[in-house]
Amino acid sequence: MSTLASGSAEGVAGRRGRAAVAWRRLSRNSLSLAALAAIVAIIVLALAAPLVAPWDPDAPSAEDVLQAPGWRHWLGTDIYGRDQLSRIVWAARVDLLVALAATAMALTAGCVLGALAGYRGGLVDQAVMRAVDTIMAFPAFILAMGITAAAGNATANVVLAIAITHVPIYTRLIRSEMLRVREMEYAEAARTVGNPQRRIIFYHLLPNCFPPVIVQATLAMGFAILTVAALSFIGLGIQPPQSEWGAMTAEGASYIVSGEWWIFLFPGLAIMVTVLAFNLVGDTLRDLLDPRMRGVV
Amino acid sequence: MTPLLEIRGLDVEFATDEGVVSAVDGIDLGVGRGEVLGLVGESGSGKSVTALAVFRLIRPPGRIVRGTIRFEGRDLLLLPEDEMRRVRGAQISMVFQSPRTALNPLLPVGRQIARLYALHQGCAPAEAHRRTLEMLGLVGIPEPERRARQYAHQLSGGTCQRVMIAMALATSPRLLIADEPTTGLDVSIAAQILDLLRDLGPRTGASIVLITHDLAVVAGLCDRVAVMHAGQLVECADVRTLFREPAHPYTRALVRSIPRVDREATMEPVPGAVPSLLAAPPGCRYAERCPEVLDTCRRTRPAPIALGPRHEVACHAVEAARAAAPRR
Repeated sequence: MSTLASGSAEGVAGRRGRAAVAWRRLSRNSLSLAALAAIVAIIVLALAAPLVAPWDPDAPSAEDVLQAPGWRHWLGTDIYGRDQLSRIVWAARVDLLVALAATAMALTAGCVLGALAGYRGGLVDQAVMRAVDTIMAFPAFILAMGITAAAGNATANVVLAIAITHVPIYTRLIRSEMLRVREMEYAEAARTVGNPQRRIIFYHLLPNCFPPVIVQATLAMGFAILTVAALSFIGLGIQPPQSEWGAMTAEGASYIVSGEWWIFLFPGLAIMVTVLAFNLVGDTLRDLLDPRMRGVV
Repeated sequence: MTPLLEIRGLDVEFATDEGVVSAVDGIDLGVGRGEVLGLVGESGSGKSVTALAVFRLIRPPGRIVRGTIRFEGRDLLLLPEDEMRRVRGAQISMVFQSPRTALNPLLPVGRQIARLYALHQGCAPAEAHRRTLEMLGLVGIPEPERRARQYAHQLSGGTCQRVMIAMALATSPRLLIADEPTTGLDVSIAAQILDLLRDLGPRTGASIVLITHDLAVVAGLCDRVAVMHAGQLVECADVRTLFREPAHPYTRALVRSIPRVDREATMEPVPGAVPSLLAAPPGCRYAERCPEVLDTCRRTRPAPIALGPRHEVACHAVEAARAAAPRR
């Protein structure tokens, strides 16, 4: 039984080794490490907003109107005298939550549709893929604009609009993975032991489609944040007085010429850093996950 | 006694862009209770397709065109899908060629076996787990508790195949189909796996269909052998009879192709290649490779004739030779 013992030792070492390799690669790349740290920091700030924010984000103050950044207001105040730092921190909650909810919704719908289309093929596949193509025929942002404009710009509609524009990405990705996975021998094995089709698709095969989807979801999170901000910027997203990065940037935009640069700059930076961080982490995940997960025999 | 499995006139076709490929052409095959049947043939001869047809798992573009597959007296091809699902895994099970890829990489192997007890015997999780460990022990896996928690990539090829066999035998099926179970394993591990099959078949009362292209494996394990060529069944006989008196020209060529160290005779490969099954000609599909080919071979398909009590062959040349020289 020495072969068995050595086999398992290899296996365990291989598993630990893999995690170690992943961590070594990640830590060598200081940019992705910084991006990961930025995401963690933003999430922590958003969660701890009531504790961290020095001022009430929505309370106007006549004597503090249009203050430049200083000791009293680190990032300055807006035209109503509201503290910019507090508003940015509170806005992180909204932006992250809307993006996360939209991504989760799109991912769920994409998993179900893509898995069914890929596994079943035929008419189901045709129907799903043509529906998805129809959504993709519209530029994503225009479609999101149209949905919020038509349905009314409540936060729930913003989530829905972004989710709908993201569904095609996941559906197509999972469908293509499912086409690959359904031909694997373990799919055949799952069929020969009498599993119902539903279980084969969603329990046995769908998880095996996930590695590239994780990468895509991370990248799409960044894009979703950008879309929330953009919708709010043009007034079709999150409504005032709720603070939101895109809306704050829009408010600040009219004060650039009069010299109050801090009003648009800091929320704009918040958007940029967050989106960049998600994209960098997504790229790193792709490097880490793709070759090895696809190469597993 | 009726056989456990009886396949009659099975035709399986695949619709491809170039045309219809007839992968299995009118096969008649029976498997007795407790019997170990070897299903032999070159790659692409339709062995695995026949096995999948028994499970009724031929996927589009393939389809079972006609035939009957009687198992325990019921025609599997007529069962509703949910009843067929209760046959799969519970009464007929399968061992695959490459054990590592036949196990789900994201589920611990124990969970995959325990699932069967829950699915087919309605076991509670604790009971399913207990039986899983018992089964892993039965197939000779040391430390079953630890192994059950591991994933396929953490196990050696031989252990994976033992897990597959444990999975296949878990629900005490009446029929086990092993599709080249030792192909991906090195020789000593392959021998252990074959020993395991030889041992467990009779113990669990399961009949075994062993699909292979390795005649040495057949000689060591099987009671009876069926030889397939290009989707047709050419000969079926007891294992001794087949090796001593192969009747069909293809079987004779196969037997001659076994390397021998105890004789001077050099090993002879079977001449020619498996013919294209695309728009296959009506006659015997071995005709183009056959040294004894007759005119009728290309026109009509030879019907199986009995040479002995359990020896059937489908060949015009053999038939003609018997007609010319009636038995002494």
